[in-house]
Amino acid sequence: MKRTISVLVENKAGVLSRVSGLFARRGFNINSLAVGETEDPAISRMTIVSEGDEHTIEQVEKQLNKMIDTLKIKLLEDGSSTRRELILIKVEADTSTRGEVIDIARVFGAKVVDISATTLTVEHSDRPERIDLLVDLLRPYRIQEIARTGTVALEKGCGTIGYKNK
Amino acid sequence: MMTGAQALVAALKKQNVNTIFGYPGVAICSFYDELSTSGIRHILVRQEQNSGHAASGYARITGRPAVCVATSGPGAVNLITALATAYMDSIPLIAITGQVSTDLLGRDVFQEADITGAAEPFTKYSYLVKNPAEIPRIIDEAFYIAESGRPGPVLIDLPIDIQTAEFDPAAAQVARHLPGYRPTTKGHPGQIKRVVAAIAEAKRPLVCIGGGVIAANAQTELQTFCETAGLPAVATMMGIGAMPTAHVNYFGMLGTHGKPYANYAVKQADLLIIIGARVGDRAVSAPHSLEGHAKIVHIDIDPAEIGKNLGTTIPLVGDAKTVLAQLTEAGAQANCGEWMDDLDDQRRLFRPDFDHRHDGSINPKVFLRSVSMSMEDDSILVCDVGQNQSWAAGNVLMRGGKFLTSGGMGTMGYSIPAAIGAKLADPGRQVVAVCGDGSFQMSMCELATAVQHHVPIKIIVINNHSLGMVLEHQDLCYKGNRYAVELGSSPDITALAAACGLQAQRIAKADQCAEAIDRLLEADGPALLECVISPEETTP
Repeated sequence: MKRTISVLVENKAGVLSRVSGLFARRGFNINSLAVGETEDPAISRMTIVSEGDEHTIEQVEKQLNKMIDTLKIKLLEDGSSTRRELILIKVEADTSTRGEVIDIARVFGAKVVDISATTLTVEHSDRPERIDLLVDLLRPYRIQEIARTGTVALEKGCGTIGYKNK
Repeated sequence: MMTGAQALVAALKKQNVNTIFGYPGVAICSFYDELSTSGIRHILVRQEQNSGHAASGYARITGRPAVCVATSGPGAVNLITALATAYMDSIPLIAITGQVSTDLLGRDVFQEADITGAAEPFTKYSYLVKNPAEIPRIIDEAFYIAESGRPGPVLIDLPIDIQTAEFDPAAAQVARHLPGYRPTTKGHPGQIKRVVAAIAEAKRPLVCIGGGVIAANAQTELQTFCETAGLPAVATMMGIGAMPTAHVNYFGMLGTHGKPYANYAVKQADLLIIIGARVGDRAVSAPHSLEGHAKIVHIDIDPAEIGKNLGTTIPLVGDAKTVLAQLTEAGAQANCGEWMDDLDDQRRLFRPDFDHRHDGSINPKVFLRSVSMSMEDDSILVCDVGQNQSWAAGNVLMRGGKFLTSGGMGTMGYSIPAAIGAKLADPGRQVVAVCGDGSFQMSMCELATAVQHHVPIKIIVINNHSLGMVLEHQDLCYKGNRYAVELGSSPDITALAAACGLQAQRIAKADQCAEAIDRLLEADGPALLECVISPEETTP
């Protein structure tokens, strides 16, 4: 089962390598990992999507919690969190197919952000499942390149991860 | 103004460090320069790995983090085995490594190694110092991290330019900043109640003592708990010594090389109270098989250990000393008289192999039991890895002293440097190292260290001229194809020890043991006893 784990860590050198090393060492899967600064520049948020049974996910949580640089960790449930991923897709498109690609992008609410004689680059932010669907639909037009950010997520409503730096 | 090296020495003194184990090199020389006039004693080991093992022995006796030092590159990398050994057994160490100048970092210059990266899986935490003003804070944090919660090694990598750089002490960072580190020590009262209830309900409860009990210095609390509640106990290898061997409630070491009655107890128990143990594969080979027939109470200071290898009915996070006192105070009481009698019978029925050998050669089990009986009650026995470890673990009579060994990592060569550290930590206590001829040869260079620094440890080498544990494994699992396990007759261990300046003797007959043991233990300085046995002596 895929689970989304939100982790607040101290924003300093070496933390990302510690986290990724932990996953590799203990044989935990990383489907995606996204890191960025938070409202407090001393703190980064990592959003990790990991796959495993209940026991494995519990171990992931405990091992992450054990890290000195970890400030707070929370499992985010799909139903009660907003999850987003950003994708850039460069797809082959000449005069004969350009219209179709643009149509698909429009249905998804995606933006065409670059164009050349033979390609279009589409930018889209959405739930990860919808991103997968967009990729599937564009695949027949021959995808040249993809860059995805990995999932980021926040709890819905007024709830937060519940950590404030003192 | 003050240099980084001066700040480091001052910070170590603030932590009351008076002994350091190390090996200098160019990238750590500025620190050594300051160390020379600091009043801190430096023990020059012969290989960096052994500075870590010596510090481990020292820390296990003082209960505080001990310091080992190495230079950059190969010096630092040599430390890794010692860090891994300490990490597995939760021993608090501070490892200080020299590093190349910050402006050269990452350029693969002479003796550069990414030690914080390389040691990451084997350290509780690590620092690469980039600013000398951080040093007071980092040393304070490092000691706190190493010794609090579940203890472990912390590495501080110190580039040479940071050691020599000057800074204004008024600008020094001193305040500890560890917002993400909050170890739990006190057991949750609700969980304590549940454990007490489970003990009262159980027909066949059993306490399983791990190294965490000793790390928490909870031997007294453990004995009080077992006696007051009327509970039987077994120990992992790391838990040996927490209860005296002859205690009526104590049923020996469990596991692959453990006592049959201890393993019987584990298999039959309907409630297992595991305290400070990882439930490693050598202790319980198939932990999940226990889940069906026993309730599991797992008490550990590291929440990540609970449920890692074994499903847990009642998890209880906390420090063993505090939790055991809480359990006694909460009135934990077992009703298991029949079960105790059953275990007692099992223990009485067990016939240890203390048999006389027909050719008059030495039975290592009898020999090690005799050694332990000749030692003082509060003495420290450090054993190595291999058959000698199982023979020692299974046969020494603990009476309040300490049993040190590399339990988790099984690092050969641990005993001699660790014994040096232990002896320096408490010179008044007798310290005996037991090793095989294989493990001896992994750290025999440290004989010179013991002599040079006047550390009167007593070393016993059980010499079967082979790697007995592997040989036995090849016999059992590889159809007796004994390969690469014969060590031959070189070196002459007694002559080698004498050449290093130890009082050395060799015995090969059972009737020589008593006198030789007395002579060894009564020797003034460091001494060695080589005990030649047959390579056919088996572990069980």
